[in-house]
Amino acid sequence: MDARPPVLAAEGLAVQVGRRDVCRDLNFSLQAGDTLVILGRNGAGKTTLLHTLAGLRDATRGAVLLSGQPYAAWPRGHEACLRGLLAQSQPDFFSATVLETALVGRHPYLGRWDWESPDDEAIALRALAQMGLDGFAERQVPTLSGGERQRLAIAALLVQQPRLYLLDEPLSHLDLHHEISVLDHFRSLAAGGAGVAMVLHDINLTARYASHVLLLDSQGGHVFGRAAEVLTTDTLSAAYGHPLRAITDGPHTLFVPA
Amino acid sequence: MAHGQAAMRNTGLPSVRRRAAAVLAGLVLAALATFTWSLSAGALPVSFDDLLTALSGAGGSMESDIIRSLRLPRAVAAFACGGLLALAGALMQVLLRNPLADPYVLGISGGAAVGALGAILAGATAGWIDAGAFIGALGATLLVFGLAHGDGSWTQTRLLLTGVIVAAGCGAAVALMLSLAPEGRVKGMLFWLMGDASGATRPWPALGLLAIGLTAALPFARELNLLARGEVTARALGVRVGRLRGLVYGLGSLLTAVAVTTVGSVGFIGLIVPHLVRLAIGNDQRLLLPAATLAGGVLLCAADTAARTVVAPIQLPVGVLTALIGVPVFLFLLARHPR
Repeated sequence: MDARPPVLAAEGLAVQVGRRDVCRDLNFSLQAGDTLVILGRNGAGKTTLLHTLAGLRDATRGAVLLSGQPYAAWPRGHEACLRGLLAQSQPDFFSATVLETALVGRHPYLGRWDWESPDDEAIALRALAQMGLDGFAERQVPTLSGGERQRLAIAALLVQQPRLYLLDEPLSHLDLHHEISVLDHFRSLAAGGAGVAMVLHDINLTARYASHVLLLDSQGGHVFGRAAEVLTTDTLSAAYGHPLRAITDGPHTLFVPA
Repeated sequence: MAHGQAAMRNTGLPSVRRRAAAVLAGLVLAALATFTWSLSAGALPVSFDDLLTALSGAGGSMESDIIRSLRLPRAVAAFACGGLLALAGALMQVLLRNPLADPYVLGISGGAAVGALGAILAGATAGWIDAGAFIGALGATLLVFGLAHGDGSWTQTRLLLTGVIVAAGCGAAVALMLSLAPEGRVKGMLFWLMGDASGATRPWPALGLLAIGLTAALPFARELNLLARGEVTARALGVRVGRLRGLVYGLGSLLTAVAVTTVGSVGFIGLIVPHLVRLAIGNDQRLLLPAATLAGGVLLCAADTAARTVVAPIQLPVGVLTALIGVPVFLFLLARHPR
């Protein structure tokens, strides 16, 4: 049996915003089961890179391969069944119920004239329960707190059931309990055969959950490798422009500002 | 619609859709009732039996003549244009992701007003006034599109600002024409500006476009739901956002241009009807677009009937009545739905 192609791969990828380089000659592949965390300072281009990896933006050079093929090679609309993107939260101008909002994740699976079926509704209700939103289905989104909205956005992504999850700051607005439960959930999805790539700001949660780390240095350079190789005090201190210190606590290494 | 075994439940999608189906059915009944009222009310009241006779084309009486050649075109024009404006308003609100958007926000009515008033000022006949309005509307649309889209970007703010500026420029031109116009033509200009269905003798293009526009928009309704939630989310779910925006912009502009050409720039319908319907059935465009179309038609047809009957023989401009009816209803509904 042939090995399945990596869930996501970058080949000689260069991304620019205006004239500024986000990355040059980036090469990596994300296998099923991997969790990649993208780290970097504010404005390093993490979101831009994530959108490029999601196929929403053209690369300056190089290629992004989703399950072995460039986005353009997939039948139109099918890529949305393979990869999902959790975007940074945007304001809601129109009201909707929580259930309706979660159901948007079924869009790629529905034909132009289809309506969501009871099966789709069951998928949505299950995802809401997984994000601790049972009993919220009939609530109006504007009545939710920031953290609840973030979990709703994650639930809508789970409803999409892609193979590749691209998450832009999935932990924003979440309390500590939900931070851990969300990361645990994506770890279990990865263990079940998905690939996960996410932008995070918390180095210690990265150390705990990432299999691989991509560190952007804001100048167009990057460091990519297994988490333990990239997460060293020297590399991190250089990347963030602030000295860091490592503290060992049993199996965990914690990084704190020096 | 898949209801299946969940149809017995009181929550979830089936209940939402049952409610929406009930609202749509209610609106169809309201449309029929409004048409009946509009055709029978007036200086010469007509009974329901005579109405049916006239509509079947059998009667040769004066009643039949009045109904077929005066009241029917006017009622159809008001209904069609109310539907056009409400549909265009719902589309513009999604396009601009702005609940305050209406069909006129991108300068279409301003352009139409410049064209129509220019024609009135030049002493043109009714047909040329309509042509002037339509040309003005399309001119403003193309101007806004060209200026806002010139660099290939598609930001809502840029589109909105360009539209507002073009509308302001048109407003100045309208004020200039009003102040230069001879006394005898000012009243006609004011009626046009406020919206007036009395001169609508050719309503069928508007009604035809309403049917075509709704049919063209409905297949994209679920994509519009995603667009309303934000561009990145919509694109990540496979929506071709650029194509969809172009379609919505073009369709919304055409619907508005035909409406203002037919009845002048009736205010308020395009802003308020989508909101009224949203308060009643939520913001799923698959239900909202047809419901808003029907509700807009009913509201404008009823308002126009009232405009020609309440203080008869004086006829009021219908745009004044839509605002007088719409504002308190809207405020009442808003107060009942605290957010």
